Parts: sequence; C-alpha cells; structure tokens
Amino acid sequence: MSNITKLIIVAVGGQGNLLASKILGEAALDAGIQVQMSEIHGMAQRGGVVESSILFGDAKSSIIADGEADILLGFEPLESLRAVAKCNKNTEIITNMRPLQPFTSAIGLAKYPETEEIEKLLKAKSKNFLGFDATKLAIEAGTSLSLNMVLLGALAQRNLIPIGKDLIEKTIREKTKKQFAETNLKAFNAGFDKALELGV
Amino acid sequence: MHKLLQGEPESRHFLLGNEAIARGAIEAGVAFATTYPGTPSSEISANLFEISKETDLYFEYSSNEKIALELASASANSGLRTLCLMKHVGVNVAADVLMTLAYLGVKKGLVLLTADDPFMFSSQNEQDNRYYGRLAGIPVLEPSSVDEAKEMIKYAFDLSEQLNEPVIFRTTTRVNHSSGIVEFKDIAAPQTKGEFIKDPMNYVSVPAVSRKRHKVLLDNLEKAATISDSCSYNFIKGKGSLGIICNGVSYSYVCDSLKDLGIEDKVKILRPGLSHPMPDALIKEFLKDTEKVLVVEEGEPIMEEYVRSVAQTEKIACEIKGKHKDLLSRLYEFNPSIVRSAVANFFGFENKSAKPVDTSDLPVLPNRPPNLCAGCSHRAVFYAAKKAGGAETLYPSDIGCYTLGFLPPVGMGDFVLCMGASIGTACGFSKSTGKNTLAFIGDSTFFHSGINGLLNAVFNNHDITVVILDNRTTAMTGHQPNPGVDMTELGFENYNQIDIEAVVKSLGVGYVQTVKPYNIRKTQEAIEEAMKFKGVSVVIAKEKCVLYAKQLGQGKKTVFQVNQDKCKNHRNCVNDLGCPAFYIENDQVNINPDMCTGCSVCAQICPENAISPVKIK
Ligand code: SF4
Repeated sequence: MSNITKLIIVAVGGQGNLLASKILGEAALDAGIQVQMSEIHGMAQRGGVVESSILFGDAKSSIIADGEADILLGFEPLESLRAVAKCNKNTEIITNMRPLQPFTSAIGLAKYPETEEIEKLLKAKSKNFLGFDATKLAIEAGTSLSLNMVLLGALAQRNLIPIGKDLIEKTIREKTKKQFAETNLKAFNAGFDKALELGV
Repeated sequence: MHKLLQGEPESRHFLLGNEAIARGAIEAGVAFATTYPGTPSSEISANLFEISKETDLYFEYSSNEKIALELASASANSGLRTLCLMKHVGVNVAADVLMTLAYLGVKKGLVLLTADDPFMFSSQNEQDNRYYGRLAGIPVLEPSSVDEAKEMIKYAFDLSEQLNEPVIFRTTTRVNHSSGIVEFKDIAAPQTKGEFIKDPMNYVSVPAVSRKRHKVLLDNLEKAATISDSCSYNFIKGKGSLGIICNGVSYSYVCDSLKDLGIEDKVKILRPGLSHPMPDALIKEFLKDTEKVLVVEEGEPIMEEYVRSVAQTEKIACEIKGKHKDLLSRLYEFNPSIVRSAVANFFGFENKSAKPVDTSDLPVLPNRPPNLCAGCSHRAVFYAAKKAGGAETLYPSDIGCYTLGFLPPVGMGDFVLCMGASIGTACGFSKSTGKNTLAFIGDSTFFHSGINGLLNAVFNNHDITVVILDNRTTAMTGHQPNPGVDMTELGFENYNQIDIEAVVKSLGVGYVQTVKPYNIRKTQEAIEEAMKFKGVSVVIAKEKCVLYAKQLGQGKKTVFQVNQDKCKNHRNCVNDLGCPAFYIENDQVNINPDMCTGCSVCAQICPENAISPVKIK
C-alpha cells in the first residue's frame, strides 16, 4: 500500500473542487505518476456537496472508502467534518475554516456547529490538522473563486502528495484560464505561505 | 479545434471517463451519433455535440431514447458506424426498438451505450442493464477503467460488424465519472455517406421474416459465444485453487484488495470484459481444480448464476458465492473496502485495513440537500399552484430539476415514477380517487413522452390539469437542447422550434393558457381557472431557467433587498419559498445579493411590502 497516496477533496458546489482535482491529475500526468480520480457531484449546481477522490501511485480503484484517506482536503469546515469518516488515525486534514451556511442553517432550521467545535473535533480525529480562513486569502489574492488555489498551495506545502510545488504552479499556469492565471498563482502561493507559517 | 481532436497519436492525456469514451468513438470512425441526455452519460454527448460542429460527424439530441435508437438502426443499416447513448433507464424507453433490431441486425457497427448508475447518484432506480443483452440476445461489453473504456468502445464497433448485431456497451457511473490517463491512437476516417440496400425479406419484421431472423440472431449469438472464449477482454490472471470472477469497476477493487491483503499469488481472477455471452471454455478452465470462487459484481447475480450453472453442467464441485448476507449485496455500488472484506471473509484471510475514526461523538450536522436555484421559476409556479390547489389536490410530478419541488418547504410532488409519467398517473389518480389532480411536467420531459400522456388524456376525457414548466431547456442534465429550444441562441442554424402551446391546442385541449410564472397572481389565477375546467386543462409556465439565462448572458441586472424597517418578520418569504438566497442574521431576514437573480417573487408575497429592488452597479 505504501506507494499509494489517497487524497479526498470535499467542497460545496461552486467552490472549484473539480478544477483543483483536475490540476492535480494533469500534474501527475506530467510527472509520469499513475493517477486515478473520481468525482461525485449530485446536482452540484444546486448547492449540493461535491466530493472527489484522487489516488496517486499504483492503484486501480478510483474511490476511497471510509477510513482510507491519507489526506482530507476540505473547502468548507462543515463538509470537512461530515467527511471525517474517510479518515483514520494517521490522516492529515487540511481545511478552509470559513463556513458556507447550508440553507437549512441559514434560515435557522438547523444549527451550524461552532467553528471552534469543528476545529476541536477535526484535530481530535486526525494525526495533523491545518485549518485557516482560506476564503480570506482568496479574496486578498483577487477573487473568492481562487479558494481552490489557496488550498492547493497549502496542500503543496505539506508535502504529502508525490507532486512538487513547481509542477503544480506550472500546471496552474498552463491549464487554468489565461486571464485568471496570475490571480490563481498568487492565491496558490498565499496558501503555501500560510501553511508554512502555521506549521502543524 | 476541440480538445479531443487535438493531440498526436501516442500522446497521453488526463481525461474524464466520458471524454475517453467520446475520443474512443472518434478513433473508431463513428459517423452518426444519437442520444437523449441523461446522467451519467451526458458528457459523452456534450463532447460529441461540440465535435459535430467541426467535423462530418452527424450528432443529434433526439427527443427520446426510442427515437434515438430508431435513427441509429437506420444509419447502421445504411453502412455508417453509429453510436447511440443513454442512461440506463433510457434503454427501457428504447427497448421496443432494441428487441426487434436484434432480429433485423445491422450492416455496420452499432454500439448502444447504457450508462448504469449503481447507488442512484442521479437516477430513480439502479436497474442492471446487463440483462438487456440477455433479453435481446446481443453481446455486452463492460470496461473496468477509463483507459480500457476508450479502447473497448472501438472493439465494440468491430464486434458489432463481425456479428452484424448491435452491441451493448455498459458503463457504470464510476467509469463515466472517473478520470485517468489515456493514450491517444490514430483516428480512423469515418465513412459518412450511407446507402441502404433494399431487402424487405430481411428487413420488414412481419412474422414470416421475423421467424427467419430469430434463427439468424441465435446463430449470431452462438458465434459470439465462440468469440467470447478467445476475446482478449476476457482473461484469467494468476493461478491457484481460489478464484474471483469480477466485471467492470469491481475488477479494480479486486486487484487492489488482493494487493492490500498480500494474497496476489494465492488468488486468481477471471475478468469477463465481454460478459455476454459468457466465455464457457474459460469458465470451465477457471473452475477446474478450484475449491472456492467468489463472484464480485455490482447489481444482480448474473455472472454468479451463470457460473453456477456451468459448474452444474460440468459436474464441477466448487463452492461458488457472491450475493450473500455476509459477503456482497445486490444494493448500491461497491468500494475497495467492501470488496476487501468480502474477499478476506470468504477465503479466510486476515483483513488489517485502517479503521475509520470514531464518528459517534459528532453533533448532528445540518444537511446540505440540493435545492432549486435562487430565482428558479419552478419555485414560483409551485407557490402559485399550492395556493390554487391547496393541500387536498394530488400533485404527480415528473423527472427534472422540478422533482426537487417535493422537498420542504415547497412540498409539491406526490408521485414521481419515470420520464413522462406525471400525466398518465394523474389520469389514474383522478379516475380512481375522484380528487382534483394536477400534474407537473417540464418542457423536455413533455416532448420526451409526456405528449403521449396528454393525447391519451384528451381522448379518454380525463379531468386533470397539467402544468408544463417550460424553462426553455433541459436543465437538470446540463442544459441540452430540446425541440422547444431556440437553437440560434446556441449558434446553430437549420433547426426548427416547436411551440408547446400550439401542440397542446392542436391536441384538442379545452383550456390552455400560457403565463409568466414570475407574475404570481396571474399564474395562480390561471391555475385556479384551469382546475375549474371540466376535462383536460393545461397551463404553460414559460420562463427561461435562470442558470441557462445567465450562461447565455441574459441574466437580470436587478437584485432585491429586505427593508429592515418594514420587515415584521412574518418569514412568509423564507418559509413558503425556501429560496437559497435568503439567510437569517440577527434574527432578521436578508437576501444574499450574490445569489439573488431579481425574480421578484418574494417581493410579491411579502405582506409588508418590505422587499424591493436595487440596481446593481
Ligand atoms: S438549473 Fe434551472 S431549472 Fe434547474 S433548479 Fe436551477 S434554475 Fe431551476
């Protein structure tokens, strides 16, 4: 199992999870690393949860069962917590901590857990935890739409996947839309620096 | 140039399964492709539709799957390589064509792609379409991975031509929506001009012809059985007295499981990629000197039963199991962990996989159910219909975004069966219960098969109201065209456009009114009048899907805001509409300006007139 890295990414529809996954896939292709990815986006356009799993290395499967993720990359704290069943005691969690209220809690029909509580639980359930307001960094980089790049940056800094920073940057430059490339790279580096600053 | 047409032979690409399949079909020289959109097959069509703009490929969004396969039958019998694709339940619609097409056969390759959806990520059932191969007597091919799918679809065309029969290419969501690395090969030049050679004694399916053709079909099936034994997609890997037979994505899970359990050298695998007809000789060879065989297949125990029957015929005493309460289920999709436990359990190996963390101490998490988009016109229609019909009326609904209307707080939709069924079921409910009955159906679904239900309702003089939610596109599956769509907006010439109101009137419907759903009062009045009408009445709520309008650059420039001084916190807006643009802050209703599309519906229902428009800069 050792040469396989299993990464699960969870997000809310519209947060750009699929582009982030695609960049990692393209980068793996470039690096000559075997990669399988699968995505589930049940009515993503309509505010549902989007999940993708990426397996680097010598695996044939493209999905990750409960307890089998090496890394959980979350774009939204509630969704990270919902997906925590994918983790085991050796999993590292990297997550955005800025909530995106689901409609049920936005209109007061359900209670969105306190972010401190989410953080406490995620910390307790993982080997390493890295959580920060990635949305803020994305907005600072130019647009909240670059949230996915901030998180990719943090992921790259943690050195958990067999693809280096330079290659991901190169892929962002080549595979994201020209007019967004600079903002995307800025966001990516902001995420990288934040992870470096916070350590784990 | 389209990205699937670029790239030298031997270049490697990271593609979605559905892109890989589209590329495979292009490499095979496909000349004619038809479909009715449906997840998880949609991206294949989307790519072929784009490609057809740049090449000689004929691509069409037919108005339903039956028609798509009818066109395909003709084109393949005129000598063109043809692909017809749909989601699994679409094959039910096309089944009438398929059963007799198998008798008539094809001249050139015809591949019927069925995209099955175990776990029902986006479907109403998880039927196993491998049965269709058995029912029709034609081959079934099943790829295990993205890269194999691309190669295998080319073989599907070859096999179809070898047998002169249509071939079923069966994928599951995990192949369609996985991505992997594929290598491009040469693109075969398609033959695009067909010729049909008349041969009524083989083509006109009267009993005398069909009796003859049925025999031909069985002969072809026999030929296919021989091919199955030597087909390179059917193979045995490894050796030993323990064996696993698996198909499709299960093969990947099995390979990974054996590796994880460290038993790759102890268990052999038989993987039928051409899984109907099954490779008898290969199965015999596999079962010989084998003690235990586990059959790993999602869905129904089709291979399991077949292998057991081979063992029985050959008098091979070998334990064969698959679907069993301690092993594998007929429900839902598998994953590596399910398969690993089944393998470890059945053969008695230790399973040391990582344990999931304990989640018993998590608080109750608010759900994130899909919701109709902010400003979706369906919400407005549902609101008006609820006011008009009340709680006593029965509301059969249909398949589309509007199916979501059954969820609270909207709560409109009492019975949903399959494409087009809202009208037929409404007639049934109205006759059997005597209650007021109002059916909801979308424009694309109406053209697909709802139109037949309406025709029947008029003829049999049913007393129902039908509300056609005409949002000018096929929204749910990704905004594909349908016969009511203005194709010039999408940059296409040479299409006609069908006017729903004219169709409905021409069927003799006694009450027809077209309304703009964002006008709540008028919509409600129209539905009230329609419900009073004795006989079939139709209200057409015509408003472009907001998401589609936005894509076409026709989004509204106004958003609405709650005037906090006027708002008395009745919350009618939030509780009755459930538009996702609302949120509560400091116990006050607010509207998220990034989500509001300016539909004005909430402003119309606010009793305090507290919601008003603001211009966006
Ligand atoms: S995609 Fe269109 S039809 Fe579907 S929910 Fe959104 S606005 Fe409504």
